[in-house]
Amino acid sequence: MSEHPDRLWRNPEPRSGYDVVIVGGGGHGLATAYYLAANHGIRNVAVLEKGWLAGGNMARNTTIIRSNYLWDESAAIYEHALKLWEGLSSELDYDILFSQRGVLNLAHTLQDVREGTRRVNANRLNGVDAEWLDPDQVREFCPIVNTAQDVRYPVLGATLQPRAGIAKHDHVAWAFARKADELGVDLIQGCEVTGFLKDGNKVIGVDTNLGPIYAGRVGLAAAGHSSVLASLAGFRLPVQSHPLQALVSELLEPVHPCVVMSNHVHVYVSQAHKGELVMGAGIDPYNSYTQRGSVHVIEQQMAAALELFPLFARAHVLRTWGGIVDVTPDASPIIGPTPVDELFVNCGWGTGGFKATPASGWTYAHTLATGKAHALNEPFALERFTTGALIDEHGAAAVAH
Amino acid sequence: MLLIPCPWCGDRDETEFHYGGQAGVSYPARPADLSDEDWGEYLFVRDNPKGPLAERWSHSAGCRRWFSITRNTATNEIVR
Ligand SMILES: Cc1cc2nc3c(=O)[nH]c(=O)nc-3n(C[C@H](O)[C@H](O)[C@H](O)COP(=O)(O)OP(=O)(O)OC[C@H]3O[C@@H](n4cnc5c(N)ncnc54)[C@H](O)[C@@H]3O)c2cc1C
Ligand SMILES: [Zn+2]
Repeated sequence: MSEHPDRLWRNPEPRSGYDVVIVGGGGHGLATAYYLAANHGIRNVAVLEKGWLAGGNMARNTTIIRSNYLWDESAAIYEHALKLWEGLSSELDYDILFSQRGVLNLAHTLQDVREGTRRVNANRLNGVDAEWLDPDQVREFCPIVNTAQDVRYPVLGATLQPRAGIAKHDHVAWAFARKADELGVDLIQGCEVTGFLKDGNKVIGVDTNLGPIYAGRVGLAAAGHSSVLASLAGFRLPVQSHPLQALVSELLEPVHPCVVMSNHVHVYVSQAHKGELVMGAGIDPYNSYTQRGSVHVIEQQMAAALELFPLFARAHVLRTWGGIVDVTPDASPIIGPTPVDELFVNCGWGTGGFKATPASGWTYAHTLATGKAHALNEPFALERFTTGALIDEHGAAAVAH
Repeated sequence: MLLIPCPWCGDRDETEFHYGGQAGVSYPARPADLSDEDWGEYLFVRDNPKGPLAERWSHSAGCRRWFSITRNTATNEIVR
């Protein structure tokens, strides 16, 4: 494993006011703060985190990074992210262990095959690397996948994005945090936003357990808790919060060369740098903020994993956990203004926002700096739920990562 | 795993049920009068509280009837 720098960040007391206050110190909040300082020269910024930095979904996700989404709007923003990922270790001067080992999205039905081949073509038209593999090519690329055709859901093929992969989530968060701090951003942990200070319809700051903090602009980046904050600010969001679970095995020798995902049998698997098999499944159907899901979801995911990877039968589950993800009706994020002046929102990344972290921060920083959308986040504004210009990514996003 | 009280069958495992989201959302009385904002709100926006939520469940693997319960989304406690 790579060495960590000696110093990560200060732990300052909050000042009475900032140009920009970001609520939520997950990957997206930290990346936003970094790009505000680095791209826009706005350094009088605070990130307020109710727990500890990047202890939310950022610490709980299965770290899959890819950009093979169907629609032009999504391909553009996720591919921008992937290009940023490719240079991030050197830009942030911190090894984030970005590993472009390739991601397979398996097809188990004729409809999966059609959706997959269509997406490969759409990806290529958008300049995103994509290939269609038949079952033999799948076995060649990932020898531990069971490609027998006599199982309940045989592998009929897969899409492959060779540039996709995984990164070390903690390093990513710490790298953004360290650089943002270095540029003057105050990262304030243990600071929960409990209300908003308003002047008419304009937000002028936030109330917190550490007292009021004034702000020229406020940006929400609170993932699963965005609805809670929106209701404190007096509006509703088209998002629903659900538990999403993941689990890891004990450390094993390298056995799994890439990332394998299946929407149909609902499991995604990769092997972490240290050796754990990292697995996730679908969301629990009901709304919940409990950070735990139901056991039967894990049982189904394990059954699917065992059929796909008979080799895993002897692995032990070491740990399971849940995060709270914010799901939108079109499985696409929301980045942009809210009905409250000077209050912006970045949410709705649902089950798949880790891969977007740098582009989420990049575009949100642009929006918070200028008050306007970047070309990449313009289609993802809240108003699409009024105009009907939805970006339906259920095929590519829900719930494979 | 939730233990869900079906009003007809009693307490049963969550796996027997289908989730229907927020309860009490009725079809607009005069659809033609709705603004685009109101339509968007009706179609896409539901309550998402951290606390009590009145919600619909269907006992799909049992009596197949729909009913409403109130569950605290912060604790999973079913309060009514
Ligand atoms: C099990 C699981 C697996 C996943 N797998 C993948 C994957 O493989 N690939 C992928 O791309 N994505 C994945 N995701 C999704 C991804 O983790 C999220 O989309 C992404 O992390 C969300 O952005 P974030 O990092 O800023 O959120 P978070 O890290 O959750 O940050 C939000 C922060 O806001 C803070 N906060 C909330 N309310 C307040 C308040 N009132 N005041 C102050 N702070 C507050 C929280 O404490 C939290 O730290 C997964 C998620 C889960 C749960
Ligand atoms: Zn019943």
